[in-house]
Parts: sequence; structure tokens; C-alpha cells
Amino acid sequence: MAGPTYIADPEGTVLGVELDGLTALFHAPSGMTHIVAPPAPQILDALREGPADAAELLRRLRVHFEFGDDEVIHARLDELETAGLVRRA
Amino acid sequence: MRHKLALRIGPVGFRIGSAWRAPLDALAALYAGYPEPEDGICDFTVRLEPERPWRRLIRPSVAIRGDYILPDAAPLSFAHALLAAEMGMNLQMALGHKSCLLLHAATVEKNGRALIMTGESGAGKSTLAALLGERGWRLMGDEFALLHMESGTLLPFPRAISLKNGAIRVMEAEVEASRFGPRLIGTPKGDIRHLRPNEEAVARMGEGAIPALILFPRFGETAAVRGVGAAEVFMRLTQASTNYVALGRSGFEALTRLVKTIPALAIDYPDAETAIGLVDDFQRELAA
Repeated sequence: MAGPTYIADPEGTVLGVELDGLTALFHAPSGMTHIVAPPAPQILDALREGPADAAELLRRLRVHFEFGDDEVIHARLDELETAGLVRRA
Repeated sequence: MRHKLALRIGPVGFRIGSAWRAPLDALAALYAGYPEPEDGICDFTVRLEPERPWRRLIRPSVAIRGDYILPDAAPLSFAHALLAAEMGMNLQMALGHKSCLLLHAATVEKNGRALIMTGESGAGKSTLAALLGERGWRLMGDEFALLHMESGTLLPFPRAISLKNGAIRVMEAEVEASRFGPRLIGTPKGDIRHLRPNEEAVARMGEGAIPALILFPRFGETAAVRGVGAAEVFMRLTQASTNYVALGRSGFEALTRLVKTIPALAIDYPDAETAIGLVDDFQRELAA
């Protein structure tokens, strides 16, 4: 069974600045600032290609990165959803 | 208001009104030599009022009012009215200033380059800034660093330095008596005595400086220096800012630009002389 499909806010509404390997993100819709570690920024970038479920996201990420197993992507998506940086379609 | 005083501190014009004359006399003496607001325009108004109308004369206590207020701000005793005026000015800045990112930090300058010192209350940044201001640095401010968001420069905000407890004696040994306000005993923050910055700090209050180094000083430890990563600096400065959230995207851009462009160090120091030695060493390294 396919899992939930996720959406990220479009580019331009989230501002990212890399700071020593971490990334500070300003999320304009909420006005909140987040500091995130890889692979969170990469997941957000991959989601900007369009809504995707975890399996599709993994496929996109593995084009550019060596990516771990499915559990990692689920855990990171849960965190990003809690932070309000991704939401379910 | 029965009594009024207007003065400029750095880029900000203040109007202070009071139901009593004495606090304004004390404030005028403390800020002797400060200019009037530019073109007579005041950015903020602070009002010192009796908690209830009849309390102006009977057991007076001072409530701080202004354009921006904290609903639960407790009134201060009349003996501490000068502190009330200072707190009122700080509050208006912290909540109302819009063109600068405000950091709860002390700043000093030498050769056009500024040092930002921030840390928890009691870390000694005020004392350190006050001492550096008498030892070849220009004091820009002991309470707020004003990072101008468009230009990225720091603007001075040389209000009176609020010395607490042990720091009072340290500065009394350093500076002539005429620059001190009255000693306020038993305030909610302990004993407080205000110190007027020196003539250079007042004369150059319109002159900004380029940020060069961020320091996180910590008093009471063996002397030590360590680098602090940009992400940690960013996080600590968002916490040290009074208006970061209110400024939104422009605050984020100004702060990330600052932490990406200048180094940051945490210093532990056992006494003020050691700290001043370390700061002078950093300054020489930056200038080299």
C-alpha cells in the first residue's frame, strides 16, 4: 500500500542559509526559523519537484545521494511535518 | 505630563514625561551633554506615572508607561524612579525599534571595527564594555547592539551604563565621580548605579562601525578561548535578540549575514584584566 503523499512549500517561501554544515531555514508562511541537519534540506529540495510519497522521494534523492533505508526517510518526514515544513497532500 | 525631558541616544529620540520632577532631574544630570532629538522628533515616549492618581504624593510608586507596555510590569518604589526611566527606555527600544535587529549585547569599537559581546545576565559584558570604554576602545553601548539591517553596520546606542553590585566598585575606581548617577539600593536587580559613557562615546553616537568579532564572555572561570560554530552563534543570537521574530525575513537575512561573515569566540575569564588582555590580543590579530 502506498504511504501518504507529502508537499513542501514552494521555493521562495523558504529561505535557507548554510551554517557550518547545518542549515538555517526561514519559513515565511509561519515566520518561524528552523535549524536543520542533512538530509532535511535535501528532502525539501526533492519535494519541490512535486508532491511525492516516501518511495518516490527516495528514488529522487538516490539520483544525487547515497541514501540509507526507508526508515530514515520516514523519520525525517515525520520531523519535517511536525515542524510544519512539509504537509500531507 | 507635568515634567518632560527629550534626548537622543544614538539614532533614537526619546521623550520622557514624569508626574514628578525629581526623577527627571536625576535623568538630566545623568545624561548631561547628550543632544536633543534630531529635528525635535521623538521615536519613543516613556511616561513615569503614579500607580493610582492619589499615589503621586502618598507613598508614591512609579508605573512605567509608554508606546509599548508590558501588562504585568510591576511598579517600582519612588526611590528607584531613575531605574524606572531607564527600564522604560529599554522597553520601548526592545519592542518598538524596527530598522535594526536588536541584540541584547554590549558593543565597543576601535579603528572602525566593532566587537559584539553577548551572554547571559551576569556574564560581565556590561562591566567589560565599561572598562574597555575607558581603556582605548569607544563604548557603543552596554545593553543593545543595533544591527542596521540594510547596511549591516552596527549603530551606537550609548545610554547610561547600568552597573550592578560588584561592578559599581570596579568602575568607581576607574572613573571620576561626576559621571555617576545616585546609588540605587535594593532594587529588584540588587544595587545599581548608572554611569554616563565618556565624552568620546557621546560625541560619536552618530557614527556606526563594521562588526568584526562576536564574543561570548563568561566570568568566573579559568581563562580559556574556544571557537563557536556559525549555527550555534546564529541560535544564540536569535535568543539574544528582542525583535528577531517581529522582523521576519529581514531579521533572518541580517542575522545569517552577520554570523557568516565574522568569527565568534567564547571566552572564560577569571578577572576583568585578563578579559581586557584577551580582547586587545583579538583586536591586534584582526588588525594584522
